[in-house]
Amino acid sequence: MGLLSKKDAALIKDPLADNNPITIQVLGICSALAITAELEASIVMAISVLFVLGVGNVVISLMRNIIPSKIRIIVQLIVVATLVIIVDLVLKAFAYELSKTLSVFVGLIITNCIIMGRFEAFALGNGPWRSFLDGIGNAFGYGVILIIVGFFRELLGSGTLLGIPVLGDPIEKTGLYSIGYENNGFMLLSPMALIVVGIIIWVQRSRNKALIED
Amino acid sequence: MGLKSNLHKFKEKNKDKKWLPGFNAIFTFLYMPNETTHNGTHIKVADDLKRTMNTVIMALIPCLIFGMFNAGYQHHLALGEIGNASGFFDSAFWNWDNLVIGLWKVLPLVIVSYGVGLGIEFIFAILKGHEVEEGYLVTGMLVPLIVPIDTPLWMLAVAVAFGVVIGKEVFGGTGMNILNPALTIRAFLFFAYPTWMSGDKVWVHGAVERDQLIAAGENLDAISGETILGSLAQNKAAGYEIMDMFYGIIPGSVGETSTLLILLGGLFLIFTKIGSWRIMLSSVIGALVMGLIFNGVVSSGWITETSKFYGLMSTEFWQHLLIGGFAFGTVFMATDPVTASQTNKGKWIYGFLVGFISIMIRVFNPAYPEGVMLAILLMNVFAPTIDHYVVQGNVKKRMKRLKAKVA
Repeated sequence: MGLLSKKDAALIKDPLADNNPITIQVLGICSALAITAELEASIVMAISVLFVLGVGNVVISLMRNIIPSKIRIIVQLIVVATLVIIVDLVLKAFAYELSKTLSVFVGLIITNCIIMGRFEAFALGNGPWRSFLDGIGNAFGYGVILIIVGFFRELLGSGTLLGIPVLGDPIEKTGLYSIGYENNGFMLLSPMALIVVGIIIWVQRSRNKALIED
Repeated sequence: MGLKSNLHKFKEKNKDKKWLPGFNAIFTFLYMPNETTHNGTHIKVADDLKRTMNTVIMALIPCLIFGMFNAGYQHHLALGEIGNASGFFDSAFWNWDNLVIGLWKVLPLVIVSYGVGLGIEFIFAILKGHEVEEGYLVTGMLVPLIVPIDTPLWMLAVAVAFGVVIGKEVFGGTGMNILNPALTIRAFLFFAYPTWMSGDKVWVHGAVERDQLIAAGENLDAISGETILGSLAQNKAAGYEIMDMFYGIIPGSVGETSTLLILLGGLFLIFTKIGSWRIMLSSVIGALVMGLIFNGVVSSGWITETSKFYGLMSTEFWQHLLIGGFAFGTVFMATDPVTASQTNKGKWIYGFLVGFISIMIRVFNPAYPEGVMLAILLMNVFAPTIDHYVVQGNVKKRMKRLKAKVA
């Protein structure tokens, strides 16, 4: 990449695969389970986190030298809370139905460990540009997993993608040899999200043995 | 040169091939392998894993055959073609017409269950380079016995694939799984396709077709193949004689209806020392205790007839043993040596809680009338914890004794 130096490019690339916040660091699982039953909700959630983490990292990075370390968590919380409220209000104004689907989980972005984790681990010790790259890199890593899980859960659970039916009508009950599409209700329950995340982790680690820890 | 030595030579020649575990599985299925344990303590016993599995399958065969007859009998009875069978040996039950329907409906379930499950086991064995394990032999037989007769084959295949991969292979295969694979498969079906797994149409073959004929305008009576649990959960009368429940001449999953044959299978397992009598007995005790508590609540008048729990709560406590999948679960699933508790005291606690919780779920959650499945899966998760505390308790007791001796 000509635009970014090698070190900077790594900030974006690493969280996408080998240091993914969900599959490797196992952070942010709660929201990944709660809102991935529909692809649309997953995408909106991914964008929200992208905004909060990208802007938040820059803000914290700019303030990093004036924040007293004793109260840094409170300062970080205020920054996240402000950004989350902006996201929440924007959603309510322009996508009301969707914000009802996401319900408390937009507000709960505040408690998403990835965000506080990046503030603590990166933004407090790095300049704004690198912090921005790190923020959007991690948000992309989070969003990619969310979208993959949301894709499979909506496809197999409701037979739709982004609300558009793609797998046809459910089959009629005609006994043993009836064949065709039927909604898999289990896909819509949270345990299945955990299992899908687990399968992603499984696939990722069997492709890259270096990630396996004992 | 016999076939065996030829096969053995073939095996030696292809030692390094990737597909060898697949060949070995078939080879050891036909012949006793020459291989023995390489190191460590040796105990000379005749019952290896394969024999254990085969014994359980033998205990299951009567249930399977009965299930086939019952499938046909329920079908013909619902269509009004035959009268009620009276008693266990009635020829209205044991006849050729019933068996043909049963064979036609049940054998595909068995074939799909084994085909998909063993296929996955073979693939995993070859990929991971270990031998094919026999664990699926029993699971594959259990699965067709615990699903409704009209379960579509592809659903069964999907569920088996899920159960074997997520329930067993990810933990390391046979002997390492936390949850009973057969029940994982059943639970997957139950949560994924609830409308195909419950209600009054799925238990009797033909009920759905009849509904479609009625919808098309034909003047026929609808078939209601409600299970006893289903009826009771809706505060209706069970509608079957006690002895019919015991014999199993009632609608239900394929092989779980006949308490009589399950009892015989259970005795066979106890006699051959394959199944744990502690688990079976304590599970029955647990169920009876819970049933007695509910009966007590009803007779003390806390629950009125209008309550939605009344139907199941007022069921005589011992009748809970006869209806639903309780007997089948207790004898064939709860005793699974891999997922049950290992210590003797642990087995008592484990079994008791399986029975106790089964009846509790059955009564309090009419949406999941079959509590046995959920109770066993729950206790599977707790079994290692139970064992841990039993072992620690024993360690403490002996430490105390040691201290007393020293002092």
